[in-house]
Amino acid sequence: MRLRSFAEAIREGLEQALADDPRVCVMGPGVPGPTGIFGTTRGLAERFGPERVMDMPSSEQAMTGFALGATLDGYRPVIVHMRVDFAVLAMDQMVNQVAKWHFMYGGRLRAPMVFRLIVGRGWGQGPQHSQSLQAWFAHVPGFKVAMPASPRDAKGMLVAAIRDDSPVVLVEHRWLYGITGDVPEELYETKLGEARVARPGRHATVAATSHMVIEALRAAERLAPLGIEVEVVDMRSLVPLDADTLCASVARTGHLVVADTGTIAFGAGAEIAAVATERAFAHLKKAPVRIGLPHFPSPTTPALADAFYPRAVDIERAVAGLVGLDPARLPVEEPPHGPWRDTPDPSFKGPY
Amino acid sequence: MGGPAPLPDLFASMLRIRRIEEAIAKRYPEGEMRCPVHFCIGQEAVPAAICAQLARTDRVFSGHRSHGHYLAKGGDLRAMLAELYGRETGCARGRGGSQHLIDLEAGFVASAPILAGTIPIAVGAALSATWRKSGSVSVVFFGDGATEEGAFHESMNFAAARRLPVLFVCENNAYSVHSAMEGRQPAGRRIADMAKAYAMASAHADGNDAAAVWNAGAIALDHVRKGNGPYLLEFDTYRWLEHCGPNPDDALGYRTPAEIDAWRRRCPIEKLRRDSVPGAAEERALEARIAAEIDAAFAAARAAPFPDPRDLGAFVHPARS
Repeated sequence: MRLRSFAEAIREGLEQALADDPRVCVMGPGVPGPTGIFGTTRGLAERFGPERVMDMPSSEQAMTGFALGATLDGYRPVIVHMRVDFAVLAMDQMVNQVAKWHFMYGGRLRAPMVFRLIVGRGWGQGPQHSQSLQAWFAHVPGFKVAMPASPRDAKGMLVAAIRDDSPVVLVEHRWLYGITGDVPEELYETKLGEARVARPGRHATVAATSHMVIEALRAAERLAPLGIEVEVVDMRSLVPLDADTLCASVARTGHLVVADTGTIAFGAGAEIAAVATERAFAHLKKAPVRIGLPHFPSPTTPALADAFYPRAVDIERAVAGLVGLDPARLPVEEPPHGPWRDTPDPSFKGPY
Repeated sequence: MGGPAPLPDLFASMLRIRRIEEAIAKRYPEGEMRCPVHFCIGQEAVPAAICAQLARTDRVFSGHRSHGHYLAKGGDLRAMLAELYGRETGCARGRGGSQHLIDLEAGFVASAPILAGTIPIAVGAALSATWRKSGSVSVVFFGDGATEEGAFHESMNFAAARRLPVLFVCENNAYSVHSAMEGRQPAGRRIADMAKAYAMASAHADGNDAAAVWNAGAIALDHVRKGNGPYLLEFDTYRWLEHCGPNPDDALGYRTPAEIDAWRRRCPIEKLRRDSVPGAAEERALEARIAAEIDAAFAAARAAPFPDPRDLGAFVHPARS
């Protein structure tokens, strides 16, 4: 096993993609900087030069157009936003130009771009630094949206995104950056649009995205001693959505919990639940349950953040409700490892 | 490039644009061109005199009022009309309409109606042209309204910071739809003057005087081609018809009759006629050639097939994706 962190896997994927294809370039404010976007771009400018690993002014909107313009000469830009929230400044270019670029010119142009959007949860990042807006991008025709949850997928899906001729939004959750897993050394692609059964089980399906996959695995582990076998489906991509893998799992278990890192209302979880309900209704013994964020902005103080974010225990309660397990029998939640739960759990580093 | 303005050629180009726009306007009420159309009648000098100084490999970008730029850069007329008619043979296969013209062969990359939407894209094309050392220049046309968008300023800033080969061309027709400049932009400050804040060269000229446009364009393009960085040109001009559609909108009252009359007297085509650029016989022959071309292009567009409804999902994602 070649253990690497999620952040190292991204860096390795970028480095290998840059070495593999001279058309690949990486751009964004701070990309060549000393901290290298939480380590994910560290050292790349030194190896590939300031043209291919490019600093940018704080002009998210225009920067998106610059990258789109460079695709006319065949370049394949990777844009990095240190926070998802900063990409909101680029929404006009992303939604009105990039997503429709291929379509609105009758297929004569294409936008092979990658948008690395980092969800900055924790340490009171608050209302403008920790949003999970994947549903926005998934809603707009033309984008692909990927949400890797393991180091192996982080590298493989990044490489697949770079090689894809569609614009791909890659949502990276900061709380995944420290987790470890087996990462093959060679350059490889993890196909976009394929979910994976991260843990098999018979009694209930938990379809999860990004960091919620980790919480789902933890819930599955804690329910196992009670005889409840949870199947965890890591959705991996929202667009294309792998309805087949999702519905096959629901057909096996008869129950569905959807756990997404974003807002429940009108969110990615709503779409996943709707697809499963439409396509596998006959297999569902009860209505699906959605886990996600309440319809509030992200709070800053840990006192509220702890109440804002769902955790494994919420998934456990949802599964218990579906399979008819007395919630009093659920294992007691472990206390936080510090005064608050507003940081990644150090006991949960993988390997995954 | 450079030298005195080739006025007969510019006249021919401007007259062709005018006649094509008039033909579209005439047929538009038939209801078969089912997309918003922003006519450039009265504004033909800037597209003609700038694009005439560009190589095919120079790349042009535009906004919603783009017919003149497309045609002057050599965009295919049949493909443009077919696009307006929503046909599969349209330059964007009917997916884009008048507001999304494209002719890559001619170096007309893209037009798009979001204000300032194509400005950063033009800058990006200039950026990659420098990576490739292709020598290609980006030229982006936009109106006065677009200079109020953040994307314009972000693009000016970056193009200047990297000394990119971009020519920014503002066609200032004094109105953003129906809103006059007053209250939108500071009184007494020219759009061209904004370039100073970006340490960028700029000039302002009469956009209805083809020779003046040519001369300003020649200086600007020389500057850009020599690697001295971007250049902002502002041209005063005037839209004769309504913001969107084939009719005059004098009755709306947001422009005074005196103002409209004054600008109509400054017709860029009439000016060249007054200066005896074309001879009467030459002009008659030119008119006949243009009319024949237009008739043939309309006939071809109207005879072309519509896209197949089964292809509704085509071009959402490219094949290799």
